[in-house]
Amino acid sequence: MANEIFSRLNGSASRRSFLAGLGAAAVGFSFSRKGFAAEEKKLNFYNWDTYIGETTLDDFKTASGIDVNMSLFATNDELFAKLRAGNPGYDVIVPGSEFVERMVQANLLEPLDHAKIPNIKNVAPEFINDAPYDPGRKYSLPYTWLVIGIAFRKSKVKETPDSWKVLFESDQYKGRISVMSDASELYRHVFKYLGHSANKPTPELILEAEKILKKQKPFIKSFHEDNGQDLLLSGEVDVVMEYNGDIAQIMTEDDDISFIVPKEGALKQSDTLAIPKGAPHPENAHAFINFLLDANTGKEIYETIKFPSPNAAATALMPDDYKNNPVIFPPADLVAKCEYPQYAGTEITRLLDESMTRLRAD
Amino acid sequence: MAARESTESRLAFWATALPPLLWVAVFFLIPLGVIWAYSFGENLGLTGVSISGTFANYARAFEPLYLQIFAKSVFVAGVTTLLCLIIGFPVALAIVFASERWRPWLLLLVMLPFWTNLLIRTYALIAVLRTEGYVNYGLAWIWESASWLKTLVGLEPLAPYEPLQLLYNNFAVVFGLVYVHLPFMVLPLYAALDRLDRSLMEASLDLGAGHLRTLFSIVVPLALPGIISGVIITFVPALGAYLTPDLLGGPDSQMIANVIERQFKKANDWPFGAALSFLLMYATFIAIALRAYLSRGKAADAHGI
Repeated sequence: MANEIFSRLNGSASRRSFLAGLGAAAVGFSFSRKGFAAEEKKLNFYNWDTYIGETTLDDFKTASGIDVNMSLFATNDELFAKLRAGNPGYDVIVPGSEFVERMVQANLLEPLDHAKIPNIKNVAPEFINDAPYDPGRKYSLPYTWLVIGIAFRKSKVKETPDSWKVLFESDQYKGRISVMSDASELYRHVFKYLGHSANKPTPELILEAEKILKKQKPFIKSFHEDNGQDLLLSGEVDVVMEYNGDIAQIMTEDDDISFIVPKEGALKQSDTLAIPKGAPHPENAHAFINFLLDANTGKEIYETIKFPSPNAAATALMPDDYKNNPVIFPPADLVAKCEYPQYAGTEITRLLDESMTRLRAD
Repeated sequence: MAARESTESRLAFWATALPPLLWVAVFFLIPLGVIWAYSFGENLGLTGVSISGTFANYARAFEPLYLQIFAKSVFVAGVTTLLCLIIGFPVALAIVFASERWRPWLLLLVMLPFWTNLLIRTYALIAVLRTEGYVNYGLAWIWESASWLKTLVGLEPLAPYEPLQLLYNNFAVVFGLVYVHLPFMVLPLYAALDRLDRSLMEASLDLGAGHLRTLFSIVVPLALPGIISGVIITFVPALGAYLTPDLLGGPDSQMIANVIERQFKKANDWPFGAALSFLLMYATFIAIALRAYLSRGKAADAHGI
């Protein structure tokens, strides 16, 4: 997720193939499913950038003989746009929790066969029981989880910015702040700041949030996509809205950086492992998901990517500076105030997008 | 005999023309047709589009909000084109008048950026322009040297250097667009200027016109077709620029292509995105038609003489 250039490169490549995909959709082209028994030793994994352990894929090949071909996407929207015209051949994908809900609604995901994934026992129980986006975990299993919060440069702030006010309704750090450009993420946090649930967006509430942001806009330096950590690291801004995992990654490079979940609460997300409809190698896909949920594999992954682990067995193997890191595992009372965003339907999505267009128009 | 020859040449024509025609049909016209059809469609649930023949998407695209963004995009692309012309014309002229030995090298320099991916060039620009970038490093060094010189002669030192905010604003967008599109302007200008009959310029100078007068009364009118080509070939891609405003722009640097991109991704509203794309394309067609019309007027003038 951190490496902007390559995720962007990948993004532009997908836009090209997206047009090709349109052509394919137009002539009614679809992938046929091969028989289970004759499955070749191959697997196509569609993942985020910098989101796997260094040796994980090789280890899987050694263990199972299956060759993993990994390609990268940069945003959930890109993943959705690519699958919406028909699965181009992916076996395992890593959708965010909100998109799991959306993809199930759009009938894009294959139900998981839990019997083929015994390592499900390693997942911490709260990620099985508290998953409103996928009740009973029928379609997805958690790979990482994340909390959005405020990251800041310690030497440049007077006191810890523990409220969204700093980013949404204050000129204290004018020209030195950046917020996310994703309308859904940005507006839901403004709802939280105003004391509402992130998941009850109404047209009136969207307008109210827009008014607040419009007033704040002159003090905002940029609306960033997924590179808030880069802006903070390069000294471009001092206070930024970002995921804890991305900040934990750069904190190993710069110890003047810190992160806090604001007192009003925030959104939490979980990136999950799922099998898209029409996957050419569903057996291998189950084996791969099971492998990723293994405790030792998990340890290797989380040591590399520094994201919070929902895998209790893997966490237990991790060193103390990971387990007790307040950025990776923020205090429980603050996490308790966080919500999983729920997909709000096409009408609200459209209103949010149009509001964002208005906000950025002049 | 004659009949057979013409059949043969027709065969040869189709044999050579068919592959590119098929290519254009399969990879350009059909996908474009799908998008065009989508622009008259409605969203059906999360992934479906029903082509109902509605004009609602176009009606929405003509709302003031979107017209304003179109206008802003036209303005940004216009400023970009103008700057490219002002910078590119002397460059093209210099290449034309350079010695035979230097000319290929100068042309190579103009084309060199095309060998690098646009994205890499844009990121390089970020490294140059950002608060802790090379421009600000350079200026800070000059500033501190000046401050040191002042203390040397017993004066108060200058206030600490305040870095220039060169990134994440509209300036950065125009700067980036000019940087990217300059070769598109220089190359057609060079082609037009290179074909000029130099004896006309010499005659003008011999007859007492100054350099500036020669430039504006002789060179510019003769190079006009090249200038128009350069303007169109720069303006059209600048109008549809998406990456540059996205990466270099600030909170208000949204261009129409950014809105279109969001419709296909975040907003998941392909029909509306298709309508916006086609409006952009119609604008391009109009620009090209205008060019054809202008150059036809030119040809008629020439006949009149």
